[in-house]
Amino acid sequence: MSATVQTLEAMERPPVTMTSRLEGELLEVSMGPQHPSTHGVFRMNVALEGEIVRKLKPVFGYLHRNHEQIGEHTTYLGSMPYTDRLDYFCSMTNNWAYALSVEKLAAIEVPERAQYLRVILAELTRLQNHASLLGFLLSDMGAWGTPLMYAFREREKILDLFESLSGARMMCDYMRFGGCRVDASDEWLAAAKKIVDRFPKFLDEFGELILGNEIVIARTQNVGRLSADLAVSAGITGPMLRACGVNYDVRKVDGYGFYPRFKFRIPLGEHGDTYDRLMMRALEMRESVEILKQALALIQPGPILNSKVKIRAFRPPVGEAYGRIEAPKGELGFYLISDGGPNPYRYRVRPPSFINLTILEDMCLGHVVADVMVILGSVDIVMGEVDR
Amino acid sequence: MELLEQIKARIESSVPGAKTDIVPNGTPSQQHSLLIDNAHALAVAHFLRDDPTLRLDFCSNVTGVDWLDRVVKKTIKIKTVVDGFEKEVDQTTEEKIPGYLEAVYHLYSMAHKHGPVIIRMRTEGRAKCAPLPSLTPVWRSAEFQEREIFDLYGIRFDGHPDLRRILMWDEFEDYPMRKDYVQPDDFEWEPTPHDEVLARAKQHYTARPELDGAEKITSHSDVATPDK
Repeated sequence: MSATVQTLEAMERPPVTMTSRLEGELLEVSMGPQHPSTHGVFRMNVALEGEIVRKLKPVFGYLHRNHEQIGEHTTYLGSMPYTDRLDYFCSMTNNWAYALSVEKLAAIEVPERAQYLRVILAELTRLQNHASLLGFLLSDMGAWGTPLMYAFREREKILDLFESLSGARMMCDYMRFGGCRVDASDEWLAAAKKIVDRFPKFLDEFGELILGNEIVIARTQNVGRLSADLAVSAGITGPMLRACGVNYDVRKVDGYGFYPRFKFRIPLGEHGDTYDRLMMRALEMRESVEILKQALALIQPGPILNSKVKIRAFRPPVGEAYGRIEAPKGELGFYLISDGGPNPYRYRVRPPSFINLTILEDMCLGHVVADVMVILGSVDIVMGEVDR
Repeated sequence: MELLEQIKARIESSVPGAKTDIVPNGTPSQQHSLLIDNAHALAVAHFLRDDPTLRLDFCSNVTGVDWLDRVVKKTIKIKTVVDGFEKEVDQTTEEKIPGYLEAVYHLYSMAHKHGPVIIRMRTEGRAKCAPLPSLTPVWRSAEFQEREIFDLYGIRFDGHPDLRRILMWDEFEDYPMRKDYVQPDDFEWEPTPHDEVLARAKQHYTARPELDGAEKITSHSDVATPDK
């Protein structure tokens, strides 16, 4: 980033040692489910001592529709559009994770062009997810509207790309077992290239606007710190884990798809606080732009769907498979058990934003109520995925 | 990473009394799993996490599976003597497998970047709140996921710090992910029920008074007569 950023040490912000007149008296407050900063219908039962959080219990299930059972009553192909509704910001990566699991289950090869298209769409998804997350986070901090609209302006361009390719802005239903549903035209690829080439300009502008902002620094640095040991034990994944300095990215570790062919770096944080989590997103977008540039230069004409796959009346062999990808929010996995029939016997989604909430209480204890919103915003949750 | 057979042998030599079985997986994914016995599960989990060559410090996915009573048919060829000649005859044997609930853990190592090692635990039977040991003391990431299994499958995890329902509401009584779960037929109220919904609704709706010509949805014989 071009903005100069004060370090934590330079700030010498004292730890929260607020005292209150209500010392020892706990007040139980139910934050949510209808609260503008809970990103959907999420509730936290908070015990407050004055303004300081002493206990926090998340309450889930307001959006629960038993996605997994519906998946067990539907054919393998029938679940594909339904995965769009999990994390409705990132339907492309949801599709990919599900397709990857089924491909593992039945050993399906994916043609080269489809692999490139998958990478391009997944990284575009990451760009728009991270951009809008930063916008929402600023919104939670009180910077109403403006930063979010800057982010949404960029997101809109990417959603237009999704729409012209798949027919839908958010519920794309684009991938299939063994490839993708429709091919991208040369015009589409040229349009994508144009948007990708202009994206760093937005990042510079946005970085200048928020990352060095004094209020943002005061509200985020040293807030909601998470230690690397706890993060690993609690199964935290994605940018939130890497903000603690743990180098673990499924794109590098598993090397699924064509990721081993691309040159990109994994940004790592140092303090594991909210500011580092925010920075992780900003830096990851730069790397995504690098991947996109390489992928758009390398993609060649060819088939996009493995012609040997019988997508309709698809029956995989008896057994099970677990496939996972690095979704923008963390490790998204699908665990499938097949009994040889047209429906999966067991269909399980490993939702990153649900598991990333495990340590919400640990991060919030000792902070004031206003910080809870910022910490929750930096986790990056979508309730469609949390409650399933 | 080591082969599953090696891991199994090392578990059995390091944790005294532990019994493990390899559950083969027939798909091309080649993800075989390790069935561990419930009594030593916690010790085995500690071993898997702390062993320096394995270091499975990241428990990615925890989930439940419900297996109903099954009958597995096996056909084998046996040689019998028929009328003085030796013949090969197909003999079908049926093996009854009583139902059980299963908890499956997908373990990875962030330190060594390998995995997955898949471990399973099985309950005795499919009773309500069938017990299994909780592995949350070993991997914190199991906390919410074990709560979810408790909620949707009805496995009771002994040793879990906060075992409550997580997705369904606290007053809910059944376990909706079980294979023999039956949906209640009045879970969704419709102001003007019709077709199948009307047929189901008749069992539950009380008759409305006909004062303002409101449509009755139950027949006269169903209407409860008030005590005089």
